[in-house]
Amino acid sequence: MRIRHLLLQLLKAVALPIVLVTIWWVASADSTSFFWPPLSEIVKTFPETWDWDRIQHDVLPSLARLAIGYTIALVVGVALGSAIGLSRTLRAFLEPTLEFFRAIPPPILVPVIAVFAGYTGWTGKIITIALGCLWPILLNAVEGVRGLDEVLVDTARSYRLRRRTRFAQLVLRGSSPQVAVGARQALSIGVIVMVISELFGANRGLGASIVQFQRSFAIPQMWTGIILLGLIGFALSVVFRIVEHYSLAWYRGLRQADRGA
Amino acid sequence: MTSTQIPGATDVTDPATDPATDLALDVRGLKKVYDGQGRSVEAVRDLTFSIERGSLVCIVGPSGAGKTTLLRCIAGLLGITDGEVVLDGERVTSPPAGMAVVFQEYGRSLFPWMTVRQNVELPLKEKGLRRAERRRLVDEALAAVGLTDSEDAHPWQLSGGMQQRVAIARAVAYEPTVLLMDEPFAAVDAQTRADLEDLVRTLWKRLGVTVLFVTHDIDEAVYLGQRVLVLSNRPTVILEDVAIDLPDERDQLETRSTPRFAELRHHVYELIQQAKRGHRPDGEAPA
Repeated sequence: MRIRHLLLQLLKAVALPIVLVTIWWVASADSTSFFWPPLSEIVKTFPETWDWDRIQHDVLPSLARLAIGYTIALVVGVALGSAIGLSRTLRAFLEPTLEFFRAIPPPILVPVIAVFAGYTGWTGKIITIALGCLWPILLNAVEGVRGLDEVLVDTARSYRLRRRTRFAQLVLRGSSPQVAVGARQALSIGVIVMVISELFGANRGLGASIVQFQRSFAIPQMWTGIILLGLIGFALSVVFRIVEHYSLAWYRGLRQADRGA
Repeated sequence: MTSTQIPGATDVTDPATDPATDLALDVRGLKKVYDGQGRSVEAVRDLTFSIERGSLVCIVGPSGAGKTTLLRCIAGLLGITDGEVVLDGERVTSPPAGMAVVFQEYGRSLFPWMTVRQNVELPLKEKGLRRAERRRLVDEALAAVGLTDSEDAHPWQLSGGMQQRVAIARAVAYEPTVLLMDEPFAAVDAQTRADLEDLVRTLWKRLGVTVLFVTHDIDEAVYLGQRVLVLSNRPTVILEDVAIDLPDERDQLETRSTPRFAELRHHVYELIQQAKRGHRPDGEAPA
C-alpha cells in the first residue's frame, strides 16, 4: 500500500519532465539548425564534454564557491537578522539602508566587487554569491524574529532562560520557518549569481564553461552545460526540501493542528 | 479595604522581621501607569495584599480590570511605577527564580519544536539540575498531571486541556515558591475545565505550593480559593478580600450545591456588579 503510494507520487513527479523531454527529442530529431541540434546529439555529447577533468576543474570549484558563499550568507544573515529583529533601535537605524542595498540586483555587484577582489580569484566570486544570497535570508530572519510569539517570549523570560539558551531554543528555532523561506529564495539566487560571477574575465567554472562553448560555437556542448545547470539546481532544491522536511516537521504538524482545530 | 479575611493575611509588617507571618508573596502599594504617546493610562492604582505560604488565593475582577497587567507586574515581566512586590523577602524587579507562571494561551506558551518532556525539562536544565534529578522531577510532574504516556508527543498533538496540563507540569516541576496562574482555563471546554480545577486543588494540597490564581470566573474563584480578592474596575484597587470558609475537601458536585457556596458566590457576584458600575472602596471617582 505504502509502496504503491510512493510509486504513484514518483510517477506524478516525473510525468511532466518525461513528456517535455519526449517533445524536445521528437521536435528536434530532424533539426538541421546549427543553434538547435537534435537532443540525441546533445545527449551523445554530454559524457565527453563533462569528463572527470572538467568536473574537477569547472563544476566542483563552482559548487564549492556556491556552498561557501551560501553558508556565509546563511550565518551572517541569521546572526545579523536576529540582532536586528530583537532590537528596535537597531531596526530603526538599519532598515532604510538595508532596503536600499536589497534593491540593488546582485549581478550589478560583480564588476564592483571584481575591482576590489579581482576577476579571477575565488574571493570576489564568493563575496558576490554571499551578497546575492544574503538579503532574502537577512530580511526573512528579521521578520521571523519579530514574529516570535509574545507568550513564548514571556515564558522564556519567566523561566529565566539564559541569553544563550533563549537564542538557541527560542529565537533560532522560532524564526526557522521564516528563515527557511528566505534560504530557499537565496538558493536559486545563489545558482544564478554563481554563473554570473564567472562571466567576466578569464575564468574556469561551470558558468564560464557554458559561455566559452557558446563563444566558440560549440553549440551541443553549450546545451549540455545548460542541462547540467538545470540538473544541479534541481538536485539542490531536492536536498533543501529534505533538510526542511526533517528540521521543520514540528512546524508542519503545528499548522496542520491549527487548521484542524 | 473591607476586611473579612484571615487574621494576619493583610499584615503589612516585614516578613523578615516578623517571624509570626510567613508570607510567600507581599504586594505593597503596587501602581502601574502606562506611558505612551503623550498620554498616560493608570491601569493599577494602589494594590496591597499578601499571600501566606502554602495558601491558594484567587483574584477575580470585572473584564478589563487589569488582571493580566497585575499578574505581569507580579511575575516581574512588567516594570511597576510605584510600590513593591516582595517574593520570599526579596524585591521583584525581574522574573524571580521562585515563581512559575501558567499562561492562559497554553498553545502559545509551550515550545512547539520540543516534546512534552523537553518542555518540562528545559527550565530545570537552566537551573543547572543534574540529569537524574531532572528526570525524577519531570517524571513526577508528568505523572501528577496524568501525562506520563504523552511525554514524547509534541504539544500540538495534544488536546487543549492536555496542553495546559503540560504547562502546569512544567510549572510544578520548577518547584516555585509561588505558582501564578493567569486565567489558565479560560480557553478550554467546561468539562475539561472542571477536571483541571480539581487538578490544581490536588497539586496544591499535595505539593504545598503557594498558588495565586487569576480568573474572571466567579464560580471558579470561589470553588478553588481559600481567599478571593475582588478587584475594582480600572484603575485597579482591591474591593474586598473575601475569605472562603468552605470545607477543605471540595467536590465539583457537592461543594457547588452547598448553600454556603451559593452565598459566597452571590456575595462575590454582587461585588463584581458593583465594580462594573464603578463602585470603589474609598468612594473616589474613577479617573
